[in-house]
Amino acid sequence: MAENVWILGIHMTKFGKHPDKDTVDLATEAAMGALNDAGVQMKDMGILAAGSLMGAGLGMGQSIQKQIGQTGIPVYNVANACATGATALRTAVMSVKAGESDYGLAVGVEKLAGAGLLAGGARKSDENVFTPSGRYGAVAPVDGRIGTETMPGVFAQIGMEYLHEHEYGGEQFELFARISEKNHAHSTLNPLAAYTKKMSLEEIMGDVMIAYPNTRPMCSANCDGAAAAVVVSDSVLKKLSKEQQSRAVKIAASILTTDPWEEACQVLPNVNTLTRNAAKQAYEQAGVGPEDLDLVELHDCFATAELVHYDNLGLCEPGGATDFFESGATWRDGKTPVNVSGGLESKGHPIAATGIANVWEICHHLRGEAGDRQIEGAKVGLAHVIGLGSACGVHILEKAA
Amino acid sequence: MAKQIPLVDYLVLGDAPHLVAHECASCGARFFDRRNACASCSGTKFKSVDVPTEGELKAYTIVSFAAPGVPVPFVAGVIDCGGTSVRANVINTDPDPEHVKLGMKVRLATNVVGTDDEGTEAIGFGFEPY
Repeated sequence: MAENVWILGIHMTKFGKHPDKDTVDLATEAAMGALNDAGVQMKDMGILAAGSLMGAGLGMGQSIQKQIGQTGIPVYNVANACATGATALRTAVMSVKAGESDYGLAVGVEKLAGAGLLAGGARKSDENVFTPSGRYGAVAPVDGRIGTETMPGVFAQIGMEYLHEHEYGGEQFELFARISEKNHAHSTLNPLAAYTKKMSLEEIMGDVMIAYPNTRPMCSANCDGAAAAVVVSDSVLKKLSKEQQSRAVKIAASILTTDPWEEACQVLPNVNTLTRNAAKQAYEQAGVGPEDLDLVELHDCFATAELVHYDNLGLCEPGGATDFFESGATWRDGKTPVNVSGGLESKGHPIAATGIANVWEICHHLRGEAGDRQIEGAKVGLAHVIGLGSACGVHILEKAA
Repeated sequence: MAKQIPLVDYLVLGDAPHLVAHECASCGARFFDRRNACASCSGTKFKSVDVPTEGELKAYTIVSFAAPGVPVPFVAGVIDCGGTSVRANVINTDPDPEHVKLGMKVRLATNVVGTDDEGTEAIGFGFEPY
C-alpha cells in the first residue's frame, strides 16, 4: 500500500506586476516561503519538480537550486500548458508515494504581466507564391479565416456549446457575465489577488469585448506570480512536531488526465471529458463525493469555462450547471463556494503557478488561516486546472484529523 | 478565370465545393489533417470521404480582439455537418448575436482569401446561414 502524501508547507507570492523581479526571484520567493512554512530546509528535499511554461527548456528547477541549494537531487522540469503547476505537484507527490523521497518540492512560476493574447500569432503577409504547407496543406495563415485560435474565442465556444446542448433559454451574455461578477466580488477579500476591485454586472458587460460572450474582465488576468509546495510522506510526518502535523493537509487525491479521443475533439478542444474523468478518479481515490466539498477552486480561465466545469466536476446534476449557478450555490455563502480566491479572472493566471496557487487557497481554508475570506469549518476542498492540448489536474485536499 | 488553389488541402474546389476528411478504415474516426495513425484506435489505414456541405451551428464566438493583421470582428464556430464537426467562420451575415444563433442551419460557401504574385487566387471557405 502506497503511503499517503501531505502538503507540509505551501506559499504563493502576490500575483500582479513584479517589474523588478525575474522568474527566478519569484520562484525562489515561493520555494523558500514553502520551506519556511513547512519548517524544513532545502537539504531535506529528495526531489524538485518545477514549471515555467514560457521558459520551458531553460531549466527552472536548476535555476532555483543555484539560488537556494544545489544539493544534487533529481530535478524534473515540467511543461503541461495551464496544468503545469499541477503536474509539478503531482510529480513530487509520485516520488514520495513511490518511496523514492521523504520530501518533495514543487514550484510553478510565470511572468505574464502585459502579455496580451497567448495564442494566434500575428499574421504575416501571405506568401508571394501560394505553396501548401503543414498538416492541413494551408497556403496562408488560417487563424481568423478558419475559426479562431485565440484562447478567449476557443473558451467562448466551449461555454456556448454547453448552452446549446442544454437549451438555455435565458440571456447568454448576462449569464456568463454574472459568473465573472461573482469572482470579482470574491477577489475583494484576497490581498494576494492581482485585481481586487468589485465590478458591477453593467461594468463587466460594458467593458471591452474580446470574444463574445467574453469581455476583458471575463478573461483570466495575465500577471506575474509563483507558488510552491513541500510534500511529505505519512511516515515522515508522524515524526515531526505536533504543530507541523496539525497544519499538514492531506492530499487525498492527485490525478492527472489527458483527453481521450472523441468526435470533434480535434476541431474544438474538448475540456469536458478529461475533467470528468479526472474528477471521477479523484473522488474514488479520496473516498469522497462532490457533496462533501466545502470549497472548490476550478479553472475559470474564462467566465465561459467556469460554467462547464460545474457540470464536469459533478458539482451539479448533469446538464444543470446554469440552474446550479443561478441558485447562488457557487457564491462564497452558497452550498459549494467556487473560486473564493477570485479565480483566474481576478486573482490572475500566471500559468505555471496556477496549479499550485489553487492548492494554496484550499490549504489556507482547511488550516483555518484564510483570514477575511475563510470558509468556516472547511474540511475538504478540490483544486482543478486544465491546460489545452490537453491535460487536467485535480487535487482533493483534506484537513488533518 | 484566374487559377485557383484551396486555402487548405481538405477543401475541394470545382462545381460543387466541399470538404473531405480522412476516415479511419477500422473505426470511422474522421480527421482533416495529415495523419500518421488514428487517434481513436491507432489504425493506419484511411480513406477519403466527402463531408456534407450543410449543417447546424453548435458553438460560436464573435472575435473582436485578435492577433495583429487578423481583421475583426468575425464569427468563429463549430458546425455539425451530419455528424462530422467542422471548424469554420460563419460568413455572409452580420457578426452579432442577433444574426448568429446557436442551432441555426448553415451551408458551405467559398470566398477569395488572396492572390499571389502569379495571379493565383487562394480560395477559403466558411458557412453561411440559409
